Amino acid sequence: MKYQPVIGLEIHVQLLTDSKIFCGCSTKFGAEPNSQTCPVCLGLPGALPVFNEKVAEFAIKAGLATNCTISPRSIFARKNYFYPDLPKGYQISQFEEPICLKGWLDIQVDGGLKRIGITRIHMEEDAGKLVHGDISGLEDGSGVDLNRACTPLLEIVSEPDLRSADEAIAYLKKIHQIVTWLGICDGNMEEGSFRCDANVSVMPAGSQTFGTRAEIKNVNSFKFVKQAIEHEIERQIDLIEDGGTVVQETRLFDPNSGKTRSMRGKEEAHDYRYFPDPDLVPLVIDDAWVQRVRSELPELPEQKIMRFTDEYGIPAYDAEVLTASRPLAEYYEECVTLNGNGKAVSNWVMGELTRALNDSGASIDKCPVTPRLLAELLKLIDSGTISGKIAKTVFDEMWRSGKEPGKIVEEQGLIQVSDSGAIEAIIDEILAREAEQVAEYRSGKEKLFGFFVGQVMKASKGKANPALVNELLLKKLNE
Amino acid sequence: MPMEIFDLTIHELHDKLESKEVSSVEATRAMLARIEATDPKIGSFITVTKEQALADAEVADRCIADGKTGMLTGIPLALKDIFLTEGVRTTCGSRILHNFIPPYSATSWEKLKGQGAVLLGKLNQDEFAMGSSNESSCFGPSRNPWNTECIPGGSSGGSAAAVAARQATATLGTDTGGSIRQPASHCGCVGLKPTYGRVSRYGVIAYASSLDQVGPLTRDVTDCAVILGAIAGHDPKDSTSVDAPVPDYKAALTGNIKGLRIGLPKEYFIEGLDPDVQKTMAQAIETYRKLGADFVDISLPHTDFAVATYYLIATAEASSNLARYDGVRFGHRSPQADGLIDMMTKSRSEGFGLEVKRRIMIGTYALSSGYYDAYYVKAQKVRTLIMHDFIRAFEEVDVILTPVAPTPAFKIGEKINDPLQMYLSDIFTIPVNLAGTCAIALPAGFSANGLPIGLQLIGKPFNEETILRAAHAFEQATDWHNRKAEL
Repeated sequence: MKYQPVIGLEIHVQLLTDSKIFCGCSTKFGAEPNSQTCPVCLGLPGALPVFNEKVAEFAIKAGLATNCTISPRSIFARKNYFYPDLPKGYQISQFEEPICLKGWLDIQVDGGLKRIGITRIHMEEDAGKLVHGDISGLEDGSGVDLNRACTPLLEIVSEPDLRSADEAIAYLKKIHQIVTWLGICDGNMEEGSFRCDANVSVMPAGSQTFGTRAEIKNVNSFKFVKQAIEHEIERQIDLIEDGGTVVQETRLFDPNSGKTRSMRGKEEAHDYRYFPDPDLVPLVIDDAWVQRVRSELPELPEQKIMRFTDEYGIPAYDAEVLTASRPLAEYYEECVTLNGNGKAVSNWVMGELTRALNDSGASIDKCPVTPRLLAELLKLIDSGTISGKIAKTVFDEMWRSGKEPGKIVEEQGLIQVSDSGAIEAIIDEILAREAEQVAEYRSGKEKLFGFFVGQVMKASKGKANPALVNELLLKKLNE
Repeated sequence: MPMEIFDLTIHELHDKLESKEVSSVEATRAMLARIEATDPKIGSFITVTKEQALADAEVADRCIADGKTGMLTGIPLALKDIFLTEGVRTTCGSRILHNFIPPYSATSWEKLKGQGAVLLGKLNQDEFAMGSSNESSCFGPSRNPWNTECIPGGSSGGSAAAVAARQATATLGTDTGGSIRQPASHCGCVGLKPTYGRVSRYGVIAYASSLDQVGPLTRDVTDCAVILGAIAGHDPKDSTSVDAPVPDYKAALTGNIKGLRIGLPKEYFIEGLDPDVQKTMAQAIETYRKLGADFVDISLPHTDFAVATYYLIATAEASSNLARYDGVRFGHRSPQADGLIDMMTKSRSEGFGLEVKRRIMIGTYALSSGYYDAYYVKAQKVRTLIMHDFIRAFEEVDVILTPVAPTPAFKIGEKINDPLQMYLSDIFTIPVNLAGTCAIALPAGFSANGLPIGLQLIGKPFNEETILRAAHAFEQATDWHNRKAEL
């Protein structure tokens, strides 16, 4: 029998606000344990949460970018459970009335587009962290670090619309692209600022009824998400084939074995006893607020792709590559505005620049070759001052020194020779030296033309204008 | 009999401080001596902050010498042990917080302190404010100064007893279902539960967040107005505190209530009401008639459901509010625990008393999956109906007059094993908390065996002025508030 996997993702996005969601403490990563805490995020008796409206703004951004409806009134709820890293014994989240509802995103599937539904986006606070082992003052004990407690999260919940691990990854990457693009999350999966749980079930192909699902918790890289889902699909199919039944449970992915294992079953599932948090008033978002956030939204990748192909005449493929991240797209656009040649800039950004970035591991916003420098370089090619080949040399030098391309060309004497007299002189010299090959060429071995071009370019140290070389060589050889 | 310093009200002591007849240090010493002399009998204090009080009084005296004074400069006050006080142990009457020294103070105390008030100490209460008799305190009950075999009421029992025993010029309490008004009534003092949102809850240990409200317990209505004026107002640290202007409550005490429309809800004057309470109410109505008030018979039809509704909403919120007492970061941690879950379980089992455990269990049940709609959601719907009862009633009347409690103070131990009977002692106060509006309790008479009986005036939301004015007019026309418990 054939099986159809059904997958839904719950993505946790840590927001880049300066302060926490319900108090004024800093959200900076990596500070001394418990140095960024106050009565509120420590859950001391008598402390009360006060909502940080920046979080709502970020949530509205995410909602608008994923085609959600923004709820005019949403409420906070308490999710009750005991854990030492959860100071109040409950997490403030949203349950029945979240801030964003009913959105969607299109993902690329086998060359076509597939629409994935987004059930909801809600705001919540993160928990602290347990630290085990060698802690000062505690031998072989466990400590609680509450710096992360009360940092803001969005949970983006998809509909069970995904049908394979690849679709799940495509969707996850899309969300990752959007939240980093919006500047509301740094997207760092290793540090846990972007993490996801996957709900996976399988059903006989063609069936309309979903199978029982298992939830796989907190997987921290795209690769592992794919592995975890693939393994889980396989496990469930094997189980059914062997006459077993899938049970509803929470499973953990083990990156070492590439497998998932049971964490807790349905019977041990928490009853979170959600109820509206009486310490917080309902969050009311009027139209003006939504409109203001909408007007401040950056152009999103999809819109940019359309505009790049239209305005700069580049292929859709190029536009997609160039919009992989917002800084890259902005780099491209800045450069093209200065230079005007969309395709040439695209080739350079996708080619030399990407290569250099990959080689050095630098991020594009710290790239030594600024869009202006690259545009200058391309101008030198367009004006015939240097050849494309020489330009690569100049690019490498710019990367090293950050110098103006014109200056590099001048200092290293790299100006293209477009003087036909000078080129003819070189050609004459080469043809005289290579008389044998000339004879062969003239007797019909026209393949040798490339050889002559190479010799001339070499003799000119690459500076001869290639088009002129071609033209003059052809003329001389056919004389 | 000459007036002792400890017998003075805030406004009387304030005048003597202003005129330099008495210094704050003298007044504070007098109160501390009074506490020392009477508290073995009453048990209203959990912690007496003697040195801090004298140091604060010295600072106040310097302010007085410099002519920089307000109504509260140098006035010795005490707080229910539910208010966080920086550096001063705050137990909430519970073993689980027996060693808790908070790193910050409640906004309401900050405000009083900022106006020069002196802190005498922290007052006994029912554990986590859960109780109507002060018997659930892990420090043992405080006693009624009018008859030390009786309960002072609860949960702010210590706050009421301390005022009645003249151990503090005034005190603060909290009221979730009657916890200020019922003990005020039992001890013969004035107690006000302000409108929900009128006073900040920041730094007040939460019992039921949607019901808890801070308020004063005082000798007379003027003092009540003074304290309310000092603690009311928006607090950016409490999202549920309301940003509405704070009127001059003292100025509202004009003595004139001619034409005031007072509602008498038929559901509050039921058969089985204690005859002394009944008689006291009848006298009070007569007094108000003479003062020129008009009476209107009204109905608050959902009154019967109030106690059940309260014990679902309050316990549900409490079950969550008290989850933070897990032995991890502060408070009692069981020394004989084996592992994490055992540590949390044992710390809570050892730290919480019987009544607190009972309410956590009821609340947990009410929020549980499968029961949530039937209990919590239903209770919220009934709460809305009760709120509407009051909205409709206030279309016809300015103030509603009721008894505070169905009986005068009962004997210690009398109801401790019968939680339902205990819960019913708040039957007339609970609806006000559910509706979120304000109400005041004031002395209105005595039972045949000499126990105080209070009268409750319920006002429109954020209209504390009207109930204060009506209470003040009654006080002017009677002398119940001048009677003193002999100790």
